[in-house]
Amino acid sequence: MVDINFDRVRPPALLDLTGISELAGWSCDGGVIRLGAGVPYARVIDELGGRLPGLALASRTVGSPQIRHRGTVGGNLGSASPAGDAHPPLLADEAVVETESVRGTRRIPIREFFTGVKRSTLAPDELIAAVHIRQAPGPQQFAKVGVRNAMVIAVCSFAIALDPGRGRVGTGFGSAAPTPRPATGAEEFLAAELAERGLWESRGPLAAATVQRFGELVASAAEPIDDVRGTAAYRRHSLAILARRTLTWAWQSYREEGRRCA
Amino acid sequence: MRVTCTVNGEPAVADDVWEGESLLFLLRERLGLPGSKNACEQGECGSCTVYLEGRPVCACLVAAGQVQGLAVRTVEGLAGADVLNPVQRAFLDAGAVQCGFCTPGLIVAADDLLRRVPSPGEAEIREALAGNLCRCTGYEKIIDAVRLAAARQSGAAADQPAAEWRSGGAGQPGATGQPGAARRSGPGAGNSAAAGGQSGARASRPGETGDSPAGQAVGGSR
Repeated sequence: MVDINFDRVRPPALLDLTGISELAGWSCDGGVIRLGAGVPYARVIDELGGRLPGLALASRTVGSPQIRHRGTVGGNLGSASPAGDAHPPLLADEAVVETESVRGTRRIPIREFFTGVKRSTLAPDELIAAVHIRQAPGPQQFAKVGVRNAMVIAVCSFAIALDPGRGRVGTGFGSAAPTPRPATGAEEFLAAELAERGLWESRGPLAAATVQRFGELVASAAEPIDDVRGTAAYRRHSLAILARRTLTWAWQSYREEGRRCA
Repeated sequence: MRVTCTVNGEPAVADDVWEGESLLFLLRERLGLPGSKNACEQGECGSCTVYLEGRPVCACLVAAGQVQGLAVRTVEGLAGADVLNPVQRAFLDAGAVQCGFCTPGLIVAADDLLRRVPSPGEAEIREALAGNLCRCTGYEKIIDAVRLAAARQSGAAADQPAAEWRSGGAGQPGATGQPGAARRSGPGAGNSAAAGGQSGARASRPGETGDSPAGQAVGGSR
């Protein structure tokens, strides 16, 4: 709509999908949320904060209340911007994108969805119908750097999701590579550390060196550039900080959860 | 195309609407409702904020055709026949209006906040108004106005003049000169920097830049 307002594009036709009720809702089946592509961020925050805390946190940093009433996770995926706020938690949660076309339905793992700057595996005639996300099996966190705390495109962003049941760690970062990306090296390192030290079971404190190394590995997965929002060096540096912080918060939640259950 | 919708409770029809036209253009140029302001046309400033099906949106980002069959409420639809909406009254009394261009959008955004949260805290006010830019006031009076409207709604300050009310509590004039830090506490503060212009320091307020993550305080899920 911005491009039309500024006369940068004159599409021959516009298709309004907001009236299609199949896209406008979410459902939960077997612990997996099917989030319709047309569900606005405001509803993700209000209705799914408990089940999808990482995505809800990220949604809360999108634009302003006005924007969050209109913007959707489906639209974010369609734009496939490296800075899209929803992408890091979707990567951390290993979500699956459901697309529709006359050829049928496709399910695309999120980690295979992004192919380049604002490019994805979506075919020209395909429509994003929904995204499937497992109900959070453990603590999740999201953090974003911007020049303001509202109405900003991320300078960089990071999401973490802990899955104690499977002993896995999920990550995703934004605005620090041509596409949103998981930091797989950091995921594997942390999962191995937690397993070797028996920390999933003991819920003991994380060693400072572990947290430090996790941050370094996240930063090393980035391929940032200098641009108007920040330098590559700043992005790498702040990404390591976001990774350490979110890990610390998430692990703290996991430990507190354990105390409550004990 | 023809667009039929409800605007401020009345049926409205517009003919020969171009498909790429915004709801803002429809309201201002076709339906004679210039209260919603046209400023940035890219959803940044909030001056065109209207209710669409009861939710505040930027009218510049909604295609006119998308409101077919839906209900729109603009700033013109907030006041009664002879009496201002409480938020409008409070903006006047608190001196929250200077040039006035951002005011309609802020009134709608503040009205929405008070419908949802009758007694909002400072962080909630700032988060709710984060999408509305004002280049005159420095936001302090605007935030005062929202507090005043909330207080009047709850009856607590019904008989107190605005100036007297302002001189007490969190809205003290002294707070204006403190860049950021003092007001950045509590849940929700992380997403609430609506007052970015208050110190004239733009992006350089302590805690705003660098490694301060917006997600830190905003989610309430920790």
